[in-house]
Amino acid sequence: MSQASTEIVRISGHAGSVPGAGFNREFQVCKLVDTTTCIGCKACEVACLEWNGYTFSETTFDNTYQTMPETAWNYWNLIKFTEHERDDGRLMLLMRKDQCMHCEDPGCLVACPADGAIVQYANGIVDFQQEHCIGCGYCIKGCPFNIPKFSPTARKVFKCTLCNDRVARALEPACIKACPTGCLHFGTKAEMKELAEARAGQLRDQSGFPDAGVYDPPGVGGTHVIYVLHDAKNPELYGGLPKDPHIPWTVQLWKKPLKWIGNLAIIGGVVGVFIHYLRFGPKVVKTDGQESHGGTP
Amino acid sequence: MSGDSYLLANGRVLRYSFRERLVHWLAGVSYVYLLLTGLAFWSPWLFWIAVVLGGATISRELHPWFGVAFAVGVGLMHHLWSRQMRGTEADKAWWASVRHYIRNEDENVPSADRFNPGQKLLFWGFFWNGLLLLLSGLILWFPQQIPWGLRFLRLAAVIVHPVCALLTIGLFIIHVYMGTAMEHGAFGSVIRGDVSRAWADQHHHSWYQQLLRDSTARK
Repeated sequence: MSQASTEIVRISGHAGSVPGAGFNREFQVCKLVDTTTCIGCKACEVACLEWNGYTFSETTFDNTYQTMPETAWNYWNLIKFTEHERDDGRLMLLMRKDQCMHCEDPGCLVACPADGAIVQYANGIVDFQQEHCIGCGYCIKGCPFNIPKFSPTARKVFKCTLCNDRVARALEPACIKACPTGCLHFGTKAEMKELAEARAGQLRDQSGFPDAGVYDPPGVGGTHVIYVLHDAKNPELYGGLPKDPHIPWTVQLWKKPLKWIGNLAIIGGVVGVFIHYLRFGPKVVKTDGQESHGGTP
Repeated sequence: MSGDSYLLANGRVLRYSFRERLVHWLAGVSYVYLLLTGLAFWSPWLFWIAVVLGGATISRELHPWFGVAFAVGVGLMHHLWSRQMRGTEADKAWWASVRHYIRNEDENVPSADRFNPGQKLLFWGFFWNGLLLLLSGLILWFPQQIPWGLRFLRLAAVIVHPVCALLTIGLFIIHVYMGTAMEHGAFGSVIRGDVSRAWADQHHHSWYQQLLRDSTARK
């Protein structure tokens, strides 16, 4: 993976060109999470905190294995536990490692107004550049996966980097390194898709999960984190994984048609009043048959 | 205030009291800051405005506070003017001849009270859009406070805020144009507060005549 460079292909809130637009031969990286072999040990959570220098957060107890309800600005990787009773009455404990999905079409980046605060690298990683972040929180609205989190102390937004700093040095992400069962894999998108499909086929053919499949949602152009699920028809079972995620339509409406309608309306308004002045001029006050310019007497 | 206090000793007419001018400029100055920083967040091509104003992080921190100031300004305006801004039957005739108003053929336009129907539209446009901007702005201000289950509020705010802002920008362009370039004497009325008698008679004939009647009745 040494060629997985950090050439930038998309920049948030940016007017003008980007440096890495398609002239490099790049590997698209991908993380594969096989939920069927995850044991919920949380080694990946600890590795994430270790590598990124955060301390363990306070946990909450809700009578399940769930340690906290969702990821936090300083807790980017969380196992979501779901107790699921199947139609045949058997109980399943579903575990899904939740983190940034690194969308090919990232809603956070589209919604962000700050130049350079969110970038997408040629290898597919979507990364927040906190020094350019203005803390507006629009990325939070643009994300269909509830991932970017606002830090009240830093007043900026944080999320999983897919260990961009490790990947650029030909190391695999910290969570992958720590996984004891081998349910986490890292490689090129093509390799990971092949591995995931093979595993899903195995689950369908040999393990009695006829609906097993791969989660790589096309609504956001595919993701650079993909899941193998026992039941790919109901991804919501896995801690609320959205079935068909998209960039929210209000964000799309705001960033595309409304932007152009608004820009034309503003320019049209300014040009309109200017033309009005040329054509009709000012309203002058008529005093005793004489025209004066009002104002001071 | 009685008619006498509007008809000034120097032969001019008090158009806006000190309090009215102060409130107008509270809303006006805060609106200009909101407009500039808002445009910076609206388009990458205008992001430089935020840089000029001290950096986009500062703009993001101050924009909501200026929004509060603007909301207070509009609220006070509503307190001062809502009765005089109420629509009347006579407004319909004014709108029917708005074409003449636009073409500066004022002799063909029905006489206006203290505020003409165009000013009423401006006022209520800013009031209702301002209210929606305040509500959507409060949601946008605190990104971490709205839980995922109430996400529709955030997504609604994302579209309501710019749409209402654009509507006020349309009103703002017309308002600034008319108040500075188009209607001579109007800008002075909101700075020093007074206008000439001829100005009052031409632009707000009904209001001015009422002032004269009140003054005569008092004598």
